[in-house]
Amino acid sequence: MSQMNVPTATEFPRIAPVGIAGLLVSFADRLSEPANRAALALRAAIEAEGMDGIEEVATSLTSTFIRFDPLHLDHASLTAQIQALLDSQDWTRADLPQGRRHFRIPCVFGTDLAPQFDEAAAAAGLSAEAAIESLTTARPRVLTIGFAPGQPYTGQLDPAWDIPRQTALTPRVPEGALVVAIRQLIIFSAPTQTGWRHIGQTAFRCFRPEAEEPFALRPGDEISLRAISPAELERIRAEDRSGQGGADVEVIR
Amino acid sequence: MSRALIIHRAGPQVTVQDRGRPGLLGQGLSQGGAADPVALAEGAALLRQPASHAALEMAGMGGAFEVTQDTRIALTGAPMAASIDGQALAWNASHLLPAGARLEIGAAQRGIYGYLHLGGGVATDPVLGARAAHLAAGIGRALGPDARLPLGDDPRTEVGLTLDPEPRLAGGTVRMTRSVQTGLFDPEVLERFQHTAFARDARGNRMGARLEFAGAPFAASGQLSILSEVIVPGDIQMTGDGTPFVLLPECQTTGGYPRIGTVIPADLPKIAQAGPGVFLRFVVIELAEAVEVHRRHMAMLAKLPGATRPLLRDPAQMQDLLSYQLISGAISGHEDVEQGD
Repeated sequence: MSQMNVPTATEFPRIAPVGIAGLLVSFADRLSEPANRAALALRAAIEAEGMDGIEEVATSLTSTFIRFDPLHLDHASLTAQIQALLDSQDWTRADLPQGRRHFRIPCVFGTDLAPQFDEAAAAAGLSAEAAIESLTTARPRVLTIGFAPGQPYTGQLDPAWDIPRQTALTPRVPEGALVVAIRQLIIFSAPTQTGWRHIGQTAFRCFRPEAEEPFALRPGDEISLRAISPAELERIRAEDRSGQGGADVEVIR
Repeated sequence: MSRALIIHRAGPQVTVQDRGRPGLLGQGLSQGGAADPVALAEGAALLRQPASHAALEMAGMGGAFEVTQDTRIALTGAPMAASIDGQALAWNASHLLPAGARLEIGAAQRGIYGYLHLGGGVATDPVLGARAAHLAAGIGRALGPDARLPLGDDPRTEVGLTLDPEPRLAGGTVRMTRSVQTGLFDPEVLERFQHTAFARDARGNRMGARLEFAGAPFAASGQLSILSEVIVPGDIQMTGDGTPFVLLPECQTTGGYPRIGTVIPADLPKIAQAGPGVFLRFVVIELAEAVEVHRRHMAMLAKLPGATRPLLRDPAQMQDLLSYQLISGAISGHEDVEQGD
């Protein structure tokens, strides 16, 4: 079984163990829409098959992770089962998940609430007006939920936004912060330090532990941003107790 | 009125912990749960109750506690000086804590995480299916003075049991398997990694332990271009400066730093419990062997209730033999054990 430890194949998809109780199916080593779509579709297919011994299935940007009980399901047979599933179709052409939704989220761009907006716009080679125009007309998709509870990685933005993370970390950005790097937007689910630039502030809570649906967003959902003033954000915060932050939601058909 | 635990004083990180919340990786929430799951199982065995019950985890320092009604307790994990109304208590043992008496638990003498288990378990309202505080996710909190925690019903009475703890407080060899990104490290780097003595940085927390060492950094090739990928507890991630960081139960669910391998679950408590002056060394084992070690580890945990025995007391140390036996209640090492959840 030791030859499974080090993946030698360079082609995708490839299967490799993660710890003693995980298998990772990678569809690409860089972000692409088809690889993200494939990861989501494989997750749905494995969940639908309901294989014995599988404890959870999750996705990151371009891979599907399977956690299982290694005392009841051995690596070789699980790998064979997953390989058979992989061979059964072209996963990069699979449909997106069912029940996707579009969240239209109010956001303050710039001001002292989001102090790195000007810097990020300059890095993208855009005027402030053009940057807001670009960010409010974009409709990025939730590619994965990860790092922290409910936290969405969305993309991809226009190539202009292919700006690197900062080398130094910002010590703390608040919950609801909109940050940008590498053509992706994140809305932070908790205060955190980060290398991404803080360009907007929302009242949207990605993680609501007390709510019936604690995780607001799912992979495949889409978001768009509506520019508002700091005064309006203040009003939303005062009136909204749901965590929705003034967002409208509609089902994508 | 139902039973409660009152906290009069608490160290900086006393939290409610159980086995955490598996199954929410896809929602960005790591499992969390006790930093030393073996200690959780040992406490459950000593109290003859399900290992799913929640206990108090005390990082480095205990506190002062009281119960509103007589309550069975057990102490496991990092040993701390403990006493009831001034009378010293054995660690790795179960005792009766009478209503109104003061339980004092001091600083860890070895290891990091000590555990106070209560008969019936801590019965706070579950969040997402568990009672464990997940501080990184904002679930629960570190308990402060005058916190009051409800306790579950306890159908049992036996106390005065002890067990020999599974050795895990003195560091030593930690077994790891190769993982998805091990190939990003040159074989010489992986070899040197296994011949290096590490000490845990004192700033570690429930998210992970940073390891200090002498020598050159452990760099991967092409480390900056790695796509953020799933993380599991036990992953050994190399931060930007080439320092290993072993991820623990409250880790983030994805990360972009390369990982040289993954510590097997059976040995992870050695990392969590590595205190000052303790050295750790890593050794790579094959996956098949790691699964076999895991099988033996899980079998060991399942047999813990049978590994308990009556706590022997030296009569000369007892101030009043009669009252001691009254408060200790019935002793039995052979009762049937409830199987949890």
